[in-house]
Amino acid sequence: MRGKTLGGKVFRGALLAAFGLFFLFPLYAMADFSTRNLLAGGRTMAAWKNLITDDALYQAIVISLLLAVFTVVLMLLILVPTMIWVRLRAPWAKGVVEFLCLLPLTIPALVIVVGLRNVYLWVTYFLGESALTLTFVYVVLVLPFAYRAIDAALSAIDLKTLSEAARSLGAGWLTTIARVVVPNIWSGILSAAFISIAVVLGEYTIASLSGYETLQVQIVLIGKSDGPTSVAASLATLVFGFVLLLILALVTRGRRRPTAADPAVATPTPATQPGVPT
Amino acid sequence: MTNGVSVELNDLTRVYGSVKALDGLTLHIEPGELVALLGPSGCGKTTALRILAGLDEATSGTVSVDGKDLTRVPANKRDMGMVFQAYSLFPHLTVLDNVAFGLKMRGKDKGQRSSRAEEMLELVGLTAHRHKYASELSGGQQQRVALARALAIQPRVLLLDEPLSALDAKVRVALRDEIRRVQLEVGTTTLFVTHDQEEALAVADRVGVMSQGKLEQLAAPAELYANPATPFVAEFVGLNNKVPAEVSADHARLLGTSVPALPGSIGSGGGLAMVRPESVTVTADPAGTASVTSVAFLGPISRVFCTLADGTVVSAQMTSSAARAFGPGDRVTVGVEPTGVLVVAPPAKPR
Repeated sequence: MRGKTLGGKVFRGALLAAFGLFFLFPLYAMADFSTRNLLAGGRTMAAWKNLITDDALYQAIVISLLLAVFTVVLMLLILVPTMIWVRLRAPWAKGVVEFLCLLPLTIPALVIVVGLRNVYLWVTYFLGESALTLTFVYVVLVLPFAYRAIDAALSAIDLKTLSEAARSLGAGWLTTIARVVVPNIWSGILSAAFISIAVVLGEYTIASLSGYETLQVQIVLIGKSDGPTSVAASLATLVFGFVLLLILALVTRGRRRPTAADPAVATPTPATQPGVPT
Repeated sequence: MTNGVSVELNDLTRVYGSVKALDGLTLHIEPGELVALLGPSGCGKTTALRILAGLDEATSGTVSVDGKDLTRVPANKRDMGMVFQAYSLFPHLTVLDNVAFGLKMRGKDKGQRSSRAEEMLELVGLTAHRHKYASELSGGQQQRVALARALAIQPRVLLLDEPLSALDAKVRVALRDEIRRVQLEVGTTTLFVTHDQEEALAVADRVGVMSQGKLEQLAAPAELYANPATPFVAEFVGLNNKVPAEVSADHARLLGTSVPALPGSIGSGGGLAMVRPESVTVTADPAGTASVTSVAFLGPISRVFCTLADGTVVSAQMTSSAARAFGPGDRVTVGVEPTGVLVVAPPAKPR
């Protein structure tokens, strides 16, 4: 028995080490390369300083972060009320909404770009040539991931009863969504948001083919002339994504409450009987 | 002492596709009264309550409270406290915040909110649990918090939608009595929907029995039990024996006795009398034409099942000490106490 558990421990440790190496080694390599002084030898932070001092790169970083924020905000504003409304008032439309939300997964980026050209003639006519107009495409791109996350969270609560209870207590629809539904699907909203940020920060094809200078486009561009800076930017993006996911894991774990005592099969403890002083 | 208001549901009809959930329901509730709507599932009782709450819309008909028409008023402006069948506490809030939620929606300040919420928790005896979350409470406790939450807003009408059916039997009885105590204490006009007749008869001032979207009878529990107005009510409320009877001149002849026939019975001719087990008498008689088939012991009372000469099985309810005299196979004579019975037409064809 002891040998077996020991063997199990060793095996688990080995597995963890193997996967750790597999994931961390590339990161280590990137960190090493981006801090190496290629000409004089030794270490330098020049590449990392470029992230801020290189004007084009800095602008691209700002644009990409703004895109991520705008995309998340717009996606949540559209998706959360729609999904709640469909569940409560139009359950027959659930299949259609789900299909529409998953559709972007099946369409190649190239096709999206070609199709978008005509639409964007109008968008840029009204809103100008800003790279931030990519927000609209990105909202569509993140729909499949965000839909899944929010749908799972909504399935976990008794949406109908909770919202009816809120309404009978005097809450209007907006208050019901903001004060009752959203706090109870918070983990789903967070994961939808973080996955969306990861998608936006990883998107290259559409931005590049549409001719906008996002972080990814800049990374590729700079990579052709200045390797370390491009790698530093990539590593910064990756670490940023990791940190977000870590925060997600910690925050959602902290919010989980004991569910062991299933309320549906409550046993009559003395405290549940009226008349017994508690 | 009552601060209740009157409630009127007038000619409510609700059609879902091709199904008529409510078919011209008219129900008037007196100020401070507790009316229970009783009926099998799908009879429209919950629909009626949801229309009163504003959570569902009537196809036609009106709802008015305290003389004011509320038919087009949205649920959040109706000032009605509701307790749901499913557990409905907000999982992200503590017990105290749950109870205070409605007060917050009404713009009450923090001091007022917590003192009123504390007061309500005291009313349902859960003060000690004020900082817990719903997941840490038992089902009975959750429903009591839900009751406190519904009452905290000082609702004009209290709506109870099968609040006890998710609970186990012991808690159900205790909470049922508690709901009645609290309702009498605050005097709020209350509509209680249930499929459990014992629950309805135990707590209500008047019980409305519903079937297929219609109100069959609305009467005080004892009245409903003693004088069912329709065959459906007679059959749905209480256990019944169906004994062949002959009606003439407002009297029914059955089991060798003549008893008054209740209004609603068939005018004359042969029918089936609905006889309650406690109205059936059994006497040991070696020359009797009936025989005991079995005896069911139910604690303080027992039911004695007898087969009549024509094969009809009749159950008689008596104290367990009286039932001890009977055993399967005993010859007996079965009679009936001279209370009124409802006689219905025999089914045209056995189904």
